[in-house]
Amino acid sequence: MSKQNLLRVSDATMQFGGVVALNNLNLELNKGEIIGLIGPNGAGKTTAFNVITGVYSPTNGEITFDGEVIASNFPHGKMKALYAGQNAGKYTKSVVPTPDKITKKGIARTFQNIRLFKDLTVFENVLIAKHLNIKSNVFAATFMLNRKEEQQMREETMELLKILDLETHKDDIASSLPYGKQRHLEIARALATKPKLLLLDEPAAGMNPQESDELKNFVARIRDDFNLSILTIEHHMQFVMGICDRIYVLDYGTLIAEGIPSEIQNNPKVIEAYLGVDE
Amino acid sequence: MTATAFFSYCLAGMSIGSIYALIAIGYTMVYGILRLINFAHGDIFMMAAYFMIFAMVDHQIPWYFSMVIMIVSTVLLGVVIEKLAYKPLRNAPRMSIMISAIGVSYLLQNLATYLFSALPKQYPSIPVLNKTIALGGVSTSLVTFITPIITILFVVLLMLLIKYTKMGMAMRAVSKDFEAAQLMGIKINSVISFTFVIGCFLAAVGSMLYFTPRPSVFPLAGSLPGLKCFIAAVFGGIGSIPGAVVGGFIIGFSETFIKAAGYSEFSDVFTFVLLIVVLMFRPTGLFGENLAEKV
Amino acid sequence: MTKKSKTICTIIALLVLAGMIVSVNEFTSQSSMLRTVLQLGSIYALAAVSMNLLNGFTGLFSLGQAGFMAIGAYTYAVFTIPVNSKPIVYYLYGVSDLLANVELPSWVGLILAGLMAALLAAVIGAPVLRLKSDYFAIATLGFSEIVRILVASSPFNTITNGSLGLKLIPGYHSYYTPFIIVFICIVIIALLIKSSYGRAFKAIREDEIAAEAMGINLARHKQLSFIISSFFAGISGALLAMYLGAVTSTTFPIMLTYNILLIVVIGGIGSITGSIISAFLITAAKEWWLRFLDQTMIIAGIHVPFLRTGFRMVVFSVILMVVVLFWRRGIMGQKEFSWDGIYRFFTRKSRKGGAVHE
Repeated sequence: MSKQNLLRVSDATMQFGGVVALNNLNLELNKGEIIGLIGPNGAGKTTAFNVITGVYSPTNGEITFDGEVIASNFPHGKMKALYAGQNAGKYTKSVVPTPDKITKKGIARTFQNIRLFKDLTVFENVLIAKHLNIKSNVFAATFMLNRKEEQQMREETMELLKILDLETHKDDIASSLPYGKQRHLEIARALATKPKLLLLDEPAAGMNPQESDELKNFVARIRDDFNLSILTIEHHMQFVMGICDRIYVLDYGTLIAEGIPSEIQNNPKVIEAYLGVDE
Repeated sequence: MTATAFFSYCLAGMSIGSIYALIAIGYTMVYGILRLINFAHGDIFMMAAYFMIFAMVDHQIPWYFSMVIMIVSTVLLGVVIEKLAYKPLRNAPRMSIMISAIGVSYLLQNLATYLFSALPKQYPSIPVLNKTIALGGVSTSLVTFITPIITILFVVLLMLLIKYTKMGMAMRAVSKDFEAAQLMGIKINSVISFTFVIGCFLAAVGSMLYFTPRPSVFPLAGSLPGLKCFIAAVFGGIGSIPGAVVGGFIIGFSETFIKAAGYSEFSDVFTFVLLIVVLMFRPTGLFGENLAEKV
Repeated sequence: MTKKSKTICTIIALLVLAGMIVSVNEFTSQSSMLRTVLQLGSIYALAAVSMNLLNGFTGLFSLGQAGFMAIGAYTYAVFTIPVNSKPIVYYLYGVSDLLANVELPSWVGLILAGLMAALLAAVIGAPVLRLKSDYFAIATLGFSEIVRILVASSPFNTITNGSLGLKLIPGYHSYYTPFIIVFICIVIIALLIKSSYGRAFKAIREDEIAAEAMGINLARHKQLSFIISSFFAGISGALLAMYLGAVTSTTFPIMLTYNILLIVVIGGIGSITGSIISAFLITAAKEWWLRFLDQTMIIAGIHVPFLRTGFRMVVFSVILMVVVLFWRRGIMGQKEFSWDGIYRFFTRKSRKGGAVHE
């Protein structure tokens, strides 16, 4: 499979006041890859996700997706004096999209603490994620002039529910689902936006080894069936080592290692970060 | 405008500004601790006036005792409202507690209309306060002059309390992080009640100073001043007591001078426009702080 | 139930309702309370549903209702007061040259009323919608007051007649007018909520950040909801103007917004059906059934305590507090009227359970 770059994170630094949460991250993801982002708690992994998806605008750095610069920033204003990171003069453009624009470009995500639309049904949760591609305006939609489009959105939603084994729950209220199903629903919802890149934030959290095994197979399957690339944060080492093509390791916001699973497993710096050094 | 006219407007501005400051403090303290806009605060201010009338006019109690009765009743009212209408909703979504505050405001206004009739009632005259004095060529009533002094006195006392007492520290902790403060063993209910006690005390004092020079009280008398005082608190930075005081004075002064310039129609509009402008360009106000949400 | 039988049930229900309104018109006297309550109730129903669209379905807690209703009412009045009546109405300030000979048909006035309110919403929307929920509430409250004061202020004397207000506003063509208009408006709002955009609004209410992550542009959709809600609020204001025949700036105080909020909360935030039911219930109670609370009553020679003017409103306020504190769901919660719901209620079909998560 030829390596075609899909996502490139260049020198991404995220600084909140005086705290550097993400320090000069460089990350590359190619089409069809499953990349893992691991590291101890507080290492900046979700911050990286938030920067990639536009929830935060990076203090410095650039995000390129499918050949296009989708986010970019450099220290200015108050941050100019405070900036404690690297590559200070490298970037000059400021591209600050709202997260919905980035989703429309083809990046979808799930959340570490599940953020489902709690009081809506399973079906509605996924159907809403189809809204971003709607062609009709509010008048057409209100007066039901877009029957075909609405029909299509509903059919696609049913398809997704079937694939994610949620069909029988379609009219249940999202918050009434068991935890594992809620995680499935989050993934179904993200998939409904027809992404090219899927960001999974701790998809295996709270799962036992058997469930996490099934998740592994599931993630591999959707990567193939939906032609996806996947970037996943995860703590379950079995899951990460079993499914990722390459892994990036963060500690205190800085990248300390990257490579294929076997390399990472034996990397002393990684072991030190997770287990600490012998005094 | 002559010098004496200007001076008398300044006095008036200072006077009304300090009353607004007293009431704005109540709003800002409650918001700082509970993140709640106490819509009912202006109506508590109104009820204080009626308590005074009830004591002094209906029951002929001398003014110094009536004042005490009024203050105690107002404080009690505030604490009871907190216990009945706000405490049960502490863990409910934000909208619910705001609706509850609106509901309390609604209830107080209707209760006042029912108990005291919608017709304006005359506020009792407190002889000491209504004495006319001459100041720098301008003659005004003592109350106008005393008001800013009393306000500054109370604000200083309050700041000392917050800085140097245990309760004050507890209040600061709760406004910084509600849950952590609870976990550290701070008796949240006491802190909250105490906050309301202070807020209502100041509102009661402000009520007396506000209505003394005015002809009458009516049930909706607290609505507009309440709103303006909330705007003052937002302007100064919601959660900040010095901010509320500064905000109160600024609004008091601008209102007075706009009226002096002949645009009294628009003095209230100006205050609301000021609110919108602040919210748009500096929502944290003059002295406020930013709060970010974690994703 | 099949879709066909549901449609038949709906048609029958609508015919029954229509029949009831017709019989009220035909068989009650002109001054009957029932007549006025039904008309006023329908106006409040529209006001409540439009507020619910913004507050209940999109989760944007706005307190600006009265301001938009005021704009709608004044716009309608300004354009429809008959040319002959204008000198009488504007006796003090005279009428502006622009308006002196303008007299538009009722339906044009209504649409203009909605459009003016929507325009105001569009103008203030962009900055105001960025604010956090508490501040948004206060900002909209502020705007409502600004509108109320400005509309009666001197620069506009020749248009809005200053503090005198406008009178001799043409009323309804027929008894059925408000019902038809309100029905159409509510149907449109219901269709909007059923559409994809309505679902996007609900997503914003449930979790803004997740909604944005799913590709929904927050600013654009919030503005849409705000503008549409204000459009219908404007129309409800115009309908009120037609009902009252005269409006001044005191017709639209903050209390009015609180009254509508009361209706929405009791009916269920997030339920159109709830708002409609609640509007009629509360209007009937306030204007009619509970009037007795305001009269002094003497039973067996003893004065019944509490009963005198103003008690009615106190009772109302207490009911609101009780609902807010103990029955936050309101009458309908977030559910709508459905034939399936009624069917299930009567056959007591057990519903599928599931693990409840916090």
